[in-house]
Amino acid sequence: MSEQQSSPDKEPASKAQAAQESLGNTERAEDATTPQAGPATATPGGTPEPKPSLGRLFVANLWAANTVTVTVLSLVLAIVVGAILMIISDPEVLSTYSYITARPSDALNSSWTLVSEAYANLFKGSVFDPEAFSGWLNGTNGWQAVLAPISETLTYTAPLVFTGLSVALAFRGGLFNIGGQGQATLGVVLAALAGFALPLPPGLHLLVAVLAGALGGAIWGFIPGILKARTGAHEVIITIMLNYIGTYLLTWLIVQNGVQDPNRTDAISKAVDPSAQLPRLLGDNLRVHAGILLAVLATWAVAWLLNRSTLGFELRAVGANPDAARTAGISVARTFVLIMVFAGLLSGLGGANMVLGSTASALTPLVVAQIGFDGILVALLGRLKPWGVALAALLFGALQAGGNRMQSYSGISLELVTVLQALIVIFIAAPALVKAIFQLRAARAARLQTSLAKGW
Amino acid sequence: MEPGEIHALLGENGAGKSTLMNVLYGLYQPDEGEILVDGEPLKLRGPSDAISAGIGMVHQHFMLVPVFTVTENIMLGAEQIRGGISGFLDRRRARREVVEVSERYGLRVDPDAVIEDLPVGIQQRVEIVKALTRDVDLLILDEPTAVLTPQETEELLTVMRSLKAAGKSIVFITHKLGEVKAIADRITVIRRGKTVGTASPEASRDELAALMVGRNVRLTVEKATAKPGKPVLEIAGLVVDDDRQIRAVDGIDLTVHAGEVLGVAGVQGNGQTELIEAIMGLRPTLAGSVTLDGESIDGWTTKRVLRAGVGYVPEDRSVDGLVKEFSVAENLVLDIYDRPPFAGGLALKPEAIATSAKQRIEQFDVRTSSADMPVGTLSGGNQQKVIVARELSRPLKLFIAAQPTRGVDVGSIEFIHSQVIHERDIGTAVLVVSSELDEVLGLADRVAVMYRGRIIGIVSPDTPREEIGLLMAGITPEAAAEQAGGDATSTEPPGNEDEA
Repeated sequence: MSEQQSSPDKEPASKAQAAQESLGNTERAEDATTPQAGPATATPGGTPEPKPSLGRLFVANLWAANTVTVTVLSLVLAIVVGAILMIISDPEVLSTYSYITARPSDALNSSWTLVSEAYANLFKGSVFDPEAFSGWLNGTNGWQAVLAPISETLTYTAPLVFTGLSVALAFRGGLFNIGGQGQATLGVVLAALAGFALPLPPGLHLLVAVLAGALGGAIWGFIPGILKARTGAHEVIITIMLNYIGTYLLTWLIVQNGVQDPNRTDAISKAVDPSAQLPRLLGDNLRVHAGILLAVLATWAVAWLLNRSTLGFELRAVGANPDAARTAGISVARTFVLIMVFAGLLSGLGGANMVLGSTASALTPLVVAQIGFDGILVALLGRLKPWGVALAALLFGALQAGGNRMQSYSGISLELVTVLQALIVIFIAAPALVKAIFQLRAARAARLQTSLAKGW
Repeated sequence: MEPGEIHALLGENGAGKSTLMNVLYGLYQPDEGEILVDGEPLKLRGPSDAISAGIGMVHQHFMLVPVFTVTENIMLGAEQIRGGISGFLDRRRARREVVEVSERYGLRVDPDAVIEDLPVGIQQRVEIVKALTRDVDLLILDEPTAVLTPQETEELLTVMRSLKAAGKSIVFITHKLGEVKAIADRITVIRRGKTVGTASPEASRDELAALMVGRNVRLTVEKATAKPGKPVLEIAGLVVDDDRQIRAVDGIDLTVHAGEVLGVAGVQGNGQTELIEAIMGLRPTLAGSVTLDGESIDGWTTKRVLRAGVGYVPEDRSVDGLVKEFSVAENLVLDIYDRPPFAGGLALKPEAIATSAKQRIEQFDVRTSSADMPVGTLSGGNQQKVIVARELSRPLKLFIAAQPTRGVDVGSIEFIHSQVIHERDIGTAVLVVSSELDEVLGLADRVAVMYRGRIIGIVSPDTPREEIGLLMAGITPEAAAEQAGGDATSTEPPGNEDEA
């Protein structure tokens, strides 16, 4: 111990290590901020570092800063590509490009008007509408109009937080949960059934309905979990199949006696009793409801579970190295089942949000929307970290809320928002691609590094 | 380097041997200095430059595609094209080339075998053939023997000699002194990135070891005589299959007493791994019983076995021993994370984990800049110390160490060995399995030799190495005596502990 030597023989590796470390930081757990490792710690008091090349330093720093940088850059890129798509898809604007050499101002002006208005509406519909604000100051509309965009955003955000957490949690345990959609569907079904079929007092009724939703999802998660643990069946295949089963179960169930609304001929169920609905937070005119509070609570709970609980320790160990986990006495099979049950439970809560909140109050074939699949994107965008997932869900929620206004005011179809969401995730994923290429260098360096570091 | 020379590069792990060679192979750019080939300075921008300059390298971890055949792997990167039409591979020509090269140097490989079916030693041979088909004059072998059994090592040394005879130069990177002395023409010792000396193979082991680590190292383990107590681990008639459902442990009886080290010697793959996994509850037993301290542990989960006071150092630390992404602190509680003081109920207690990590890092001399570093960034020796620290820091009845010092530098070996002996001296039963005979003989109070799933003999560590070597090859003294036709007069039966 006396000779806790510095290691002068390590300097060639430390550059590589710096790169490695910063790479690692992008992916690693919540504590990604703690290891200030890099070259400084690699050679404590050792011989001075040879200067790393500028390019490498730049890259290392970019990655070290990365999560925020990359996300913002991806957003900007997506917005640019989205603008191009808008121009291409608008025949009127596109026609001005036929004489762009003669009068470029026409093309540029009409493009600018189209794009800037569209994005302005996206912003007004999701964050803040200055007209509503001045209207409130002048007394032409109430304060609700000012908060309406935020309310809409949060309404769309809540279910995505749950499904995003569901996918992220499973991912951290080494499982790819594609089944958020099916789990959410079962959540919707059980929550709605509890919501209109059980005559319970207010308060208790809501609690039971929410728990029923969670239970539905948990059951749908348990199935792939137990199959994987017992038979080794791959969770991706099982969850995809269960998505179909869930969806068709829902469409079948809606038209059954006792479920279908007796006053309707189309596929819609009875409405959830008001006593089982999540209370609205800002009065009846604004849709935001208590689901967003549950979502924040769930985020905190998942963060705690992952980082501060024994179960989270097992989950992360199994996710990172199941062999070592098994050797250390952790039951990998049990952990797989638990991961899927928790993931299902979260998606089920997301489903419950869809039918107990303000989005819908009855079962329809499309009541779940795409929250399960969007959850995968949200989880990736949030880098599989609970609070990151919550923020990603907020962004997606805002895009959806703003997209509604963009559609009705600028005539840009809502699908463009879906394209934007996809583009963002692709651009987020692209650095990972670049990184994969970069990893080739890092892998070499890592080989050097491990061989170098052995005697350290 | 001279043509037709085997130059050994000796150094402790982390001394910079591999880095130097990676620079030579173009994987890493030198910051200063230059490389001369035939008097010409050489600028290497990548491995392809190195290959065209006649430098080939066999890495410590093979660069082979497991599902490809030998021929396909060898042609990979230098695909032969049939009739000048791109896209058409000339497998036949490639195959002929493989056969030709392997015959020329006496490197027998089946060109049509699929890599993943081949034993490690043969895979390495494929790597060498691959380098040779690229017409290299200088072959770099990076720790080639780390993954080999003693037999395979012997074969490799033969191959190296024949390559040398064919005029190829070889750089042989290793930290095993015995091999260096056996094969090298010239030895360069590297320490902390600097050449500290050049020695001839006649130099004694102790001299070389001292050069390597810069101080005198005990090559033998110092220990007092064991005071064996009551039996702790009793194995009777144990039968275990391996992953392919082939009998790996075939009726073993073994007893380990408190306060003794029982060493299991044997060529790797004779059932040692399966024996230990069966004890640990990681592998189902088909017959027989395992008793710990008088209590049957058959069918126990791994967790229960660990809780009952068994410490376990698995043979492959990166696969079974550590979660590389986890911090040192987390790895130090990998099997006790859910016990007080590290957890209360469902909640982990990070402060307790950090405090204990700090203590153990100090106590076991783990060299890391912080307990929060991912354990994967540590050197092999320090990773192994993390495992040893984890397993030895709770009260044990039985300590099982499989290959406790594989791929670990001399300094760490010494430390780990002293820890094992210390554990014995406080009354723990210790079971050491190693394919390094030196290690088994150095640590053990009794040596059980395993051959084809059976214990073929239990001998004293003072037994001559040749005799143990014969046992490892499955030849018992009786059989040897029979073969010698009554000539061997005073051969002792196995199990007899006194030995001339």
